[in-house]
Amino acid sequence: MSGIDSLRPAFFEECEDLLLRMGEGLARIPDAALHNEVESIHDVFRAVHSIKGGAGAFGLTSLVGFAHAFETVLDLMRSGTLHPDASTMHILLRASDVLADLVAAARDGQPDPELMPQLLVDLDLLAEGAASPEDEAAALAFEPMRIDVIPIEPALSQAPPDPTGFAITFEPYPALYATGHEPVALLRALADLGTTDVTADLSGIGPLDTFDPAQPGLRWQLALQTTAPREDVMAIFDFVQDLALVTVEPLHPDPPSLASEPQMAAPFVTPLPQPSPVQPTPAPAHPRTASVTPAAPPAMPTIRVNLDRVDRLINQIGELVIMEAMLSQAISIAGLSKDGDVSSSLEGIKQLAARIQESVMSIRAQPLKSVFQRLDRITREAADATHKQVRLETFGEATEVDKTVIERLVDPLTHMIRNAVDHGIEPADRRIAAGKPPEGVITLSAAHRSGRVIIELADDGAGINRTRVREIAEARGLVPAGAQLSPAEIDNLLFLPGFSSKEEVSALSGRGVGLDVVRREIQSLGGRVSIQSTPGQGSLFTIALPLTLAVLEGMLIGVGGETMILPISSIIETLRPDESEIHSLGRNGRLIAKRGEMIPIIDLAQSLGFTSRQDDQRQVLILVECDSGGRAALAADQIFDQRQVVIKSLEDNYGTVRGISAATILGDGRIALIVDPEEIVARAVAETKPMPLAANG
Amino acid sequence: MQQMTLQNIADQNDYVCFRIGEQDYCIDIEVVREIRGWTPATVLPHAPDHVTGVINLRGSVVAVVDLAARLAIGKTCPTPRHVVIIVALENQIVGLLADVVSDIMGIDEAAMQPVPDIAAEGAGAFITKVIALDDGRMLRKLDLAAVLPGKDQEAA
Repeated sequence: MSGIDSLRPAFFEECEDLLLRMGEGLARIPDAALHNEVESIHDVFRAVHSIKGGAGAFGLTSLVGFAHAFETVLDLMRSGTLHPDASTMHILLRASDVLADLVAAARDGQPDPELMPQLLVDLDLLAEGAASPEDEAAALAFEPMRIDVIPIEPALSQAPPDPTGFAITFEPYPALYATGHEPVALLRALADLGTTDVTADLSGIGPLDTFDPAQPGLRWQLALQTTAPREDVMAIFDFVQDLALVTVEPLHPDPPSLASEPQMAAPFVTPLPQPSPVQPTPAPAHPRTASVTPAAPPAMPTIRVNLDRVDRLINQIGELVIMEAMLSQAISIAGLSKDGDVSSSLEGIKQLAARIQESVMSIRAQPLKSVFQRLDRITREAADATHKQVRLETFGEATEVDKTVIERLVDPLTHMIRNAVDHGIEPADRRIAAGKPPEGVITLSAAHRSGRVIIELADDGAGINRTRVREIAEARGLVPAGAQLSPAEIDNLLFLPGFSSKEEVSALSGRGVGLDVVRREIQSLGGRVSIQSTPGQGSLFTIALPLTLAVLEGMLIGVGGETMILPISSIIETLRPDESEIHSLGRNGRLIAKRGEMIPIIDLAQSLGFTSRQDDQRQVLILVECDSGGRAALAADQIFDQRQVVIKSLEDNYGTVRGISAATILGDGRIALIVDPEEIVARAVAETKPMPLAANG
Repeated sequence: MQQMTLQNIADQNDYVCFRIGEQDYCIDIEVVREIRGWTPATVLPHAPDHVTGVINLRGSVVAVVDLAARLAIGKTCPTPRHVVIIVALENQIVGLLADVVSDIMGIDEAAMQPVPDIAAEGAGAFITKVIALDDGRMLRKLDLAAVLPGKDQEAA
């Protein structure tokens, strides 16, 4: 009991992979050329089948049931009976959504998703509708027999079981043995269903000198006399479906063939010595014909590792980098840095540490594919809910990003997609009126650019209605009426807390969260988000993210006697201005003129509550840019250095600190705090706004 | 008789005793991870008065609480002679700044007395029990959870 329970997490982990593969396959089906299409369906089938198999082992009955119905439809598709037209694909995609929900529900012990019964019906209808004439004939030939026989035969005699049954051929491929399945177990399971007569066909076994134990070539033919339905028989072979050639034919043939095989019609006959005609499909002459087994897509070998272990490794590498910095500082203090051997060894360690750090970071890196695929579903659901036609196109889903970043990207991207469908894309009639195709397109792309990951989300909708945005912002008191705002500034109003551009809170995207939540989430990942919009042509959101959350390129600065780190990503330039370039404004405000722009100066020490140095005329100014596009000059005492630092959380043992995003450990073992320029500037702006009202003194 | 002795041992826990100013305090030895000498801490902006700063504990960022300031005895001017007692409570690791660690002793549960009501001035809120020692001194049992900086302090 506990043994199988301990496997549950592994099963659900595997399900994640399988669902991913299923989604990939489904996405390939519509636009694949015909021969690839079958391969794609195979992929989907295999994924669904594996989920079903695992679910069966854990007794997740509703999951098994649904996967089975899904699988039936897929099976019809791969045999070519059912064609993947638009409506079929729609049902399949929704079925895949429900399957994912079911897996999640089973994992979290939640009730089954509401949509499941409806989808089950849809799938059954698909399967029934697709049954080809021959299949129907077979079903007809088979069904009446079952109904006739069961009520009558037992009444006639109790001793011989009714002669209904199946002729089964079972020819395992080598893979069946390789994966540890035991044919005997399957045969025994069949025997539990009724009376079996088993004949082993040894013809596939060659002479001893050429005999390969890994390719046994054994094959069995069974006559199974049972009242059990065909499904029960097939269920036994469920786990070996792809690993063996299995044919199950009704033992009791329909009248025309009955004449040719009179022995089968006898009420109780001892074994069929040669049930030769029961196998109409040409069996592969030799199990070595491996082409029959669907070729698995080539995959790089991988291992599953607990994330904790990887994180521990990353932490230790971080320590190594810190130790290396300490060593290098100690050596330079001891005056040994002139020694060629010492310095070259140290340089070697430095490079090695950097390389190890890079390798370890790449372990955590994962392609964005998993997120993008989920968004495909979000788009579909959002389009259904708003009755719009929307298609999601994705590019660069192989782009790799830190796992934590990926996980935390799901929510903001989901929200942005819903937003794009709900507010961006117009209804089909309005699109046609505007001379656009009725189907709206949302383009999601990802790429690495200069050490950051850039994710762009574009829609070809109406763009931002700036007049409307401005009215709402004024009505909500977010901007003073009649304020001079550039188009870009108006667009950025969307990111303000409390802004929701739909008058009626829509069920879809207006769930009390706005784009401000998106921005905050992206910022907490050390990224930034910006917006561009062209009326009538659509909007473009750009998210820029760091590749990793573990290290940061920073500038070491002195603030009020402490050493602090400022992220390089936010710095535009540093300057040491003359007194004449600094202009006073009001009581404490200071501005610096830079290329015609007046930029406010924020004293970092003061902002962080440290006592500022008095001789501030020789302070260094560091020009930073915020996501809102605003610029500010942060005043610090001095600039020491620029280097990569390992990010250490302050929240684990202490809590959040205003204006500080995290901490790091310097070469001398002391802790330096990493400044969050965004918050420093935002706070400074918030503090200066009400100044005319506040009493100064 | 033997039963009695066993009972006594079961009720007895080990405590780490330390001195802050002229007062003796103790905490359960279970929560103490290590005791180290004072090293300069990095000052945290906007931190309450009793948070001296953060130190590097083998790669972790650990906040140091000045117990004297916390207990309203007076802010400590730390010297290398001061000690930092590293404690772990519910996954949170914190350093406690004290003057000196005096002893580790087993204290009988029965010897613990409730804090008299009138003594609850400032420090009273952080003390759960008092113990009268043989040499006439009084040992105060510290309420760690109350002393540690809360993670939600930003909201306050």
